[in-house]
Amino acid sequence: MPLVTIDNKEIEVPAGTSVIEAAQQLGIYIPHFCYHKKLSIAASCRMCLVEVEKAPKPLPACATPVADGMKVKTRSQYAIDAQKGVMEFLLINHPLDCPICDQGGECQLQDIAVGYGGVESRYAEAKRVVSEKDLGPLVATDMTRCIHCSRCVRFGQEIAGQMELGMPGRGEHVEVMPFLESQVNNELSGNIIDLCPVGALTSKPFRYHARGWELSRRLGVSPHDSLGSNLTVQVKDGRVQRVLPADNEAVNEGWLSDRDRFAYQGLYADDRLTVPMIKDNGRWIEVDWATALAQAAGALRVLKETHGGDALGFVASPAATVEELHLLQKLARSLGSSQIESHPLERSAGRGQARWLGMPVAKVNTLDRILLVGSTLRSEQPLLAARVRAAVKASAELSILHAANDTQNCAVANAVIAAPSQWLAALTEIEQALKGASASAEAQAIAASLKSGANKAVVLGAVAQIHPQADALHTKAAAIAAACGATLGFLPVGANSVGAAVVKAQSGDVFAAPRKGYVLLGLEPELDCVDGAAAMQALATAECVVGLTAYKGRAPEYATVLLPIAPWAENEGGLVNMEGRLQTFNAATRCQGEARPAWKVLRVLGNQFGLEGCDFDTVAAVRAEALPDGWLEGLNNAAPAVDLGAAVAGAIEWLAETPIYAVDAVTRRASALQATAMAAAPVATANASLLARLGGKTTLRVRQAGLAVELAVRQDDRLADGVLRIAAGHPHTVSLGARMGVLEVEA
Amino acid sequence: MSLNAPNHKVCTWTQDYDHPAALATYTAHGGYAALKKILTEKTPADAIIAEVKLSALRGRGGAGFPTGLKWSFMPRNYDGDKYIVCNSDEGEPGTFKDRDILRFNPHQLIEGMLIAGYTLGARAGYNYIHGEIFEQYRSWEAALDEARAAGFLGNNILGSGWNFDLHAHHGYGAYVCGEETALLESIEGKKGQPRFKPPFPASYGLYGKPTTINNTETLASIPWIMRHGGQAFLDLGKPNNGGSKIFSLSGHVERPGNYEVRMGTPFSELLEMAGGVKGGRELKAVIPGGSSVPVLPGATMMELTMDYDSIAKAGSYLGAGSVIVMDDTVCMVKALERLAYFYFEESCGQCTPCREGTGWMYRVIHRIEHGQGRPEDLDLLMSVGTNISGRTICALGDAAVGPVHSFLKHFRNEFEYHIEHKRCMVGA
Repeated sequence: MPLVTIDNKEIEVPAGTSVIEAAQQLGIYIPHFCYHKKLSIAASCRMCLVEVEKAPKPLPACATPVADGMKVKTRSQYAIDAQKGVMEFLLINHPLDCPICDQGGECQLQDIAVGYGGVESRYAEAKRVVSEKDLGPLVATDMTRCIHCSRCVRFGQEIAGQMELGMPGRGEHVEVMPFLESQVNNELSGNIIDLCPVGALTSKPFRYHARGWELSRRLGVSPHDSLGSNLTVQVKDGRVQRVLPADNEAVNEGWLSDRDRFAYQGLYADDRLTVPMIKDNGRWIEVDWATALAQAAGALRVLKETHGGDALGFVASPAATVEELHLLQKLARSLGSSQIESHPLERSAGRGQARWLGMPVAKVNTLDRILLVGSTLRSEQPLLAARVRAAVKASAELSILHAANDTQNCAVANAVIAAPSQWLAALTEIEQALKGASASAEAQAIAASLKSGANKAVVLGAVAQIHPQADALHTKAAAIAAACGATLGFLPVGANSVGAAVVKAQSGDVFAAPRKGYVLLGLEPELDCVDGAAAMQALATAECVVGLTAYKGRAPEYATVLLPIAPWAENEGGLVNMEGRLQTFNAATRCQGEARPAWKVLRVLGNQFGLEGCDFDTVAAVRAEALPDGWLEGLNNAAPAVDLGAAVAGAIEWLAETPIYAVDAVTRRASALQATAMAAAPVATANASLLARLGGKTTLRVRQAGLAVELAVRQDDRLADGVLRIAAGHPHTVSLGARMGVLEVEA
Repeated sequence: MSLNAPNHKVCTWTQDYDHPAALATYTAHGGYAALKKILTEKTPADAIIAEVKLSALRGRGGAGFPTGLKWSFMPRNYDGDKYIVCNSDEGEPGTFKDRDILRFNPHQLIEGMLIAGYTLGARAGYNYIHGEIFEQYRSWEAALDEARAAGFLGNNILGSGWNFDLHAHHGYGAYVCGEETALLESIEGKKGQPRFKPPFPASYGLYGKPTTINNTETLASIPWIMRHGGQAFLDLGKPNNGGSKIFSLSGHVERPGNYEVRMGTPFSELLEMAGGVKGGRELKAVIPGGSSVPVLPGATMMELTMDYDSIAKAGSYLGAGSVIVMDDTVCMVKALERLAYFYFEESCGQCTPCREGTGWMYRVIHRIEHGQGRPEDLDLLMSVGTNISGRTICALGDAAVGPVHSFLKHFRNEFEYHIEHKRCMVGA
């Protein structure tokens, strides 16, 4: 390994290491702007120029590989002169608007200027002014401040896989801009805010809200997908003002999806429930906690005593914490109910099984072969999609089975695009092809791909898990994985789907047969269940519905008692992510109004029933009971024994995915995310031939069982024939009923 | 005069004939004979490179790098495609020699590229032609068609079993695309901006493959060398400065144009060939190699011979042999303002010192020219130049600084006069 001397300190580093990396290992900071450890080397800002012995010119530390015996000086007069020269150039056209710049106080240019900038400028000419660019509702621009480091451009091209920004123009006229009439529309766009070393790209929702130094910082865990991105939650005046990534290479690699980053706005939605309420003779009145809890416990007790424990159904969001779910199932079981549901967006009969990714998240980057079954990956798990892209860039082959051939952020080697009812047959063909039997060309291609390579995975996504044949797909995917030596993995739907199964908060199908009473925890049943319409019907006929919720939403329509609970930033607890990693977090802010963490509410509710073993003082104590030693051994992707019967095929199959910004109550209320193109009102899309069969209309009236829904129609030839793609999880499409069903279109 | 009976005209001899660009003219006077010989005898690549090294041919695009040495950098046993690229992106003020080669002797360039492609094991070659000489792009394409029809290009060239083809690619007039890695980016369809080196094109070039890039005049000299030997070429010039060279004389001369003379010809003779200074006025200054090399006072130039080493010794460069002659009516401040504007406009904007510094220098010089200079401006200009020079990704930064530093070095008094009197001393 080359031995280099940097500022008289010696270090041995692997060949190919750059001077800036070697210096970093020695604790020597070399100023830089364009260099970023996760991006390609641009060597364009020239701030990291250093003196290298025997080199005729100062060399950029970021782009200069170490050589054995190399002697580098980063603080010699020669190096400092070069660095100061560059600093002056960067500042001559940079506006002196730090006092009104959002980046002020956390600006790399500002920081480095303190060390390398002049006291006064020698530049007496007019400064450059650059017109603003509209990048959409998330990223604010002040392009005059841009120092052309190109980090944002490189991020789009290299990490996100979406080339939405470029640098047209020459010389002083170089500008970072999106394509004409376009915005930045990818699901990872917020990262360019973090990458921008100056105030050219800042957060639009956060703009002018606070200064960096006024914010207190708490670590958090994102509850919007099952990756569990690590967060730095920044708080001022008791409110979350901004969310930034916290470094965790094993999970989010320093990035955040826009959903993780901007969903916090939903915490302050107008319909936050902040006071306990009860329904009194048809009118909602605000009451104190004692009254509300007594009312809830009393009503549930009556139902239990009259109709038995199973008359009570308990439904929780899969993003609820381990502690909440543990207490909920404990309460349910104590009351004699076996009706507990915490995987309301899955169809598997055995969804209490703790199905997980099957491998560490970080291993995804090293896969050689991936078969993705029924996953709209970029909206389900945006950052995992970035890892899949990294794997593909490094030579992995990605094969997909889906009903829509969506634009991925990476090359797709093989794709079977088929109506959902054909998926099981498609998997069967791949299995046969793996065994050498004759099969379709696509199946052969996927089988050939899976036969080669060393690290392989077959992964089932959210669409596969909500599929009417979810268990059969699981069984077939497991057979394929076994046949080619791949790991079988699941992309759990909720932030804590794995944890919910581990604590056994799943044992029934609570809405299939309506219950007399319900306890709901943190979900909006019309949007968060396989069949929202059926759920609402069941709730409407129940005698008592206790809603533990952070938002009113439609709860006043069906609930009898509303208990305000803390959404994630005000809550504490733990979540188990897709790789089985337990990540705990404390509250970042106080609860709003009278809201309380749900674990405390459930604990007190337990006390109301006089249940034993409910006297926890801390959330950690609950967790200790919920996750006894060895709990990780409960993770299990084994296939259930199921009948692999044929699916019910219809003329029009509903591809019912949850849109990226409709995954939970908080996200649905995040105003900036809701203003993005990805959160547009649902439309029905279908390929040209289905549209022709439907008479080429511009709007359709669609129904399954309940009321018809009117939707605008768009053609999308990436869809399999016979598939109508309509977003679920949206108020407008609730009455379509059970997701992934067979639709009728009114003539 | 021809390739059969050589004189000192290596690249411009076809201009003595009617239809200089025609294939028939070229073949009638020995054209493609060198290629035929190589293909027939299967001359080893090493022998060809040795001949080119012996010729002391140095890159005619401006840097003067020994061509044979450059060719020897190409990996020999590389398992994959390699490319040869001709740089006809002639965009520097004062340069117009490559255009005439394309115009009057395209086949000698084609033959040169074929020999280079054969020697370096390239799969194909590209000729990147400056976007502002579109006519030559078309005429070169026509020459390619002619050559292809005659069996000099394409599959099984001259029955040898060797396949090779050439393509023309035109830019859109960006000066920076003459920088070899920016040129490669441009051929690849990307924004023309230089790559950071290393890696050099010989290991990571066009489409990431080993690539050799040579200037038009360099490649067009190859058939002559292979026909008559490296020693004969070397003997045309002087040691380490082999061959003849086309000098493009512009500015205040009676007959501006291209003159191909032996390396080492005294500048005074060259000036005489162009009819001397226009109107018999006094020679004030000469930029000997194109706008990016330092200016030299006329008196200094009159003592020099036209070759790489002589000009370098005097503190400038032979560059592309683009000789800009200025008589005593020239205001050096105004001349520098125009040059500075060129580099300001042509900086690609990728790296900081050049993007920001070229505009700064231009603005200060503009101010001085327009009577708003300040006493401290000259030191400021020197300092800004120093902060650009040697700190950029490519040589455009250095090119922008060359004129500024040299004008101030040799003609500082004119700048001081401008600042003090707010007007020009020339004609005052």
